[in-house]
Amino acid sequence: MDLSLELTEKIDKLIPRYPDKRSATLPLCHLIQEEKGYLSKESVEWIAAKLDLQPMQVWEVVTFYPMYRREPIGKVHVKVCRTLSCALRGSYKTCEKLEQALGCKRGETSHDGKFTIEFVECIADCGYAPVVQVDDKLYEKVTPDGKTDELIEKI
Amino acid sequence: MAIKERRIVYKHVDEEGYSNDIDCYIKNGGYEVQKKAFEAKPEDLRQEVLNSGLRGRGGAGFPTGMKWKFLDFKSGKPIYLVCNADESEPGTYKDRQLLYQDPHQLIEGMMISAFAIGAKQSFIYIRGEFINGARILEAAIEEARAKNLVGDNILGSDYSCDLIVHRGAGAYICGEETGLIESLEGKRGYPRIKPPYFPAALGLYMCPTIVNNVETLCQVKHIIDMGGEEFSKIGVKGDSGTHIMGVSGLVQKPGYFEIEAGACTFGELLYDGCGGPLPGRKFKAVIPGGLSMKILKWGERFKGKHPNTGEDFDWGVEDIPLDSISMGLCGTALSTGGAIIMDDSVDMLEAMANINAFYAHESCGQCTPCREGSLWMNKLSTRMTSGHGREQDVPLLLDIADQIAGRTICAHGEAAAWPVQSAVPKFKDEYLDKIKKQANGERYNPAGFPLI
Ligand SMILES: NC(=O)C1=CN([C@@H]2O[C@H](COP(=O)(O)OP(=O)(O)OC[C@H]3O[C@@H](n4cnc5c(N)ncnc54)[C@H](O)[C@@H]3O)[C@@H](O)[C@H]2O)C=CC1
Ligand SMILES: Cc1cc2nc3c(=O)[nH]c(=O)nc-3n(C[C@H](O)[C@H](O)[C@H](O)COP(=O)(O)O)c2cc1C
Ligand code: SF4
Ligand code: FES
Repeated sequence: MDLSLELTEKIDKLIPRYPDKRSATLPLCHLIQEEKGYLSKESVEWIAAKLDLQPMQVWEVVTFYPMYRREPIGKVHVKVCRTLSCALRGSYKTCEKLEQALGCKRGETSHDGKFTIEFVECIADCGYAPVVQVDDKLYEKVTPDGKTDELIEKI
Repeated sequence: MAIKERRIVYKHVDEEGYSNDIDCYIKNGGYEVQKKAFEAKPEDLRQEVLNSGLRGRGGAGFPTGMKWKFLDFKSGKPIYLVCNADESEPGTYKDRQLLYQDPHQLIEGMMISAFAIGAKQSFIYIRGEFINGARILEAAIEEARAKNLVGDNILGSDYSCDLIVHRGAGAYICGEETGLIESLEGKRGYPRIKPPYFPAALGLYMCPTIVNNVETLCQVKHIIDMGGEEFSKIGVKGDSGTHIMGVSGLVQKPGYFEIEAGACTFGELLYDGCGGPLPGRKFKAVIPGGLSMKILKWGERFKGKHPNTGEDFDWGVEDIPLDSISMGLCGTALSTGGAIIMDDSVDMLEAMANINAFYAHESCGQCTPCREGSLWMNKLSTRMTSGHGREQDVPLLLDIADQIAGRTICAHGEAAAWPVQSAVPKFKDEYLDKIKKQANGERYNPAGFPLI
């Protein structure tokens, strides 16, 4: 599997820091997903070989954690928090508005492959509800009124 | 009137001109306590923490010094220190401020703690969504390493300890300490049964391990600074120190406040701190310390004798002092201090359905009562909001909750059951009223936003 030189170096430095190689499973999944966009069969097998594990042991992890993906998603990943503090401040409506504007339902990717919307559980910023995370960027107080329109403009 | 804060761990949070780099931290007296601590004996440091009476800020409130005492020092196995930065309890957003704004305070607290327990290696397990937080911490650790505050032969003491930032990947259950440990071992975050797997005895790689919350480890620095005895004078008997109250939901100004335990009431927090209810609204219910704690209904009364003062009390929600002892007397817990506030625009059935959806999504699936029970509560309460509910659904919901609590491997079972067990008796009339109205084709009055 071809990975950037930078990434391979990073991985080779990371593994020996852990007392046990297997502990590097989650970080490796993150790093490879960041570079490739998702975790393919090839990636999983590569991680397993690198850590002296069975591919099944890596699959178990990939399928357990909500942040790991087995398929590519849109270029822009929009996560809307749906848990109570955000819902009380209108996140269900915010999400509906985003769905209309970006042309896809929650859990789906738009036809042009540009956006994926996901409804997620609390991302620990409840005082600034409703919150929307777009890739690594957090947008706060995205109320269903004008604030959602402003966000749509930006992304 | 402004609320009276006592900022210890939050001293520099939101301070103008304060940045999260090491120069700023050192300029403000940072790492001085670590230097002092490294000249002391580890067992003396542990004694200070024990004397302080500090209780863990991860939610369960277990005395930190006692947990450290439970460490199996005789096993001869390496000891590990893990900081729980998963901050996954909905309504809780206190650790975020510390991680993003004052990472060196955590690193200093961790290095003191690691030295005190003789840890061979330490970790910060941070939730996957805090990707920028992880980057900030990694940069901060490198800065500290360059100054010989982390890593090999720290400050020339012969003591070495590395610190690794380890990112989770979106699973709530990895905040539970044994689920976290499994995750750190590179596996699914399936909690282990306690006992025997109390981390202090059999933790990471089956070695003695201390898992402490971010805020707890930050507090350790201040305990060592001021001395355990002195620290124990802050707060109330049985709950020393400060609590960070993070308020969210329907108040005018949601926000966080660091308050000396017991120094303010819930009412002062909501009115003086957060500006009271939104215009034209009235408070209806609060969840005091993170989503899984038992809900309190505005207007209910709590009566009894206070164990600390020996005096009788007769409180409404607004009168409850913000300390874990008083909150416990009202049948709930202060826990993480993440208070979620609901007003009269809220449809309480939808609120419960929203909560149930969370636990159904987050159950790890190992135990049948939790896996099946949380799914059924979710299905049932969602159906009840949609006009297809039946009267019998109300007791049925409670019945399911009663069958989960106490029958599972980890406290996720209780977390899922408690909101239902507390809300159903308190809001039964509203639930029945809604079910009846909707069955008759009438519109129920959801003035607020949809919650499910
Ligand atoms: N901060 C957050 O985001 C969240 C916090 N929580 C909180 O977590 C709490 C439940 O946590 P648990 O860890 O299940 O509580 P617990 O009561 O089992 O344990 C609390 C701590 O004390 C230690 N401990 C207790 N008895 C011990 C003994 N005999 N020997 C050695 N160590 C011992 C445990 O290892 C643990 O570190 C809930 O009260 C909830 O408030 C829940 C969800 C999220
Ligand atoms: C379902 C569940 C989730 C938890 N999530 C967290 C969390 O995100 N952060 C945390 O510090 N503790 C969390 N805890 C509590 C931990 O198991 C543990 O008690 C805590 O980290 C100990 O730290 P402390 O002694 O400093 O409070 C959770 C517990 C349960 C049952
Ligand atoms: S109680 Fe729930 S979350 Fe905890 S181990 Fe059992 S199934 Fe998993
Ligand atoms: S409920 Fe949305 S960030 Fe916590």
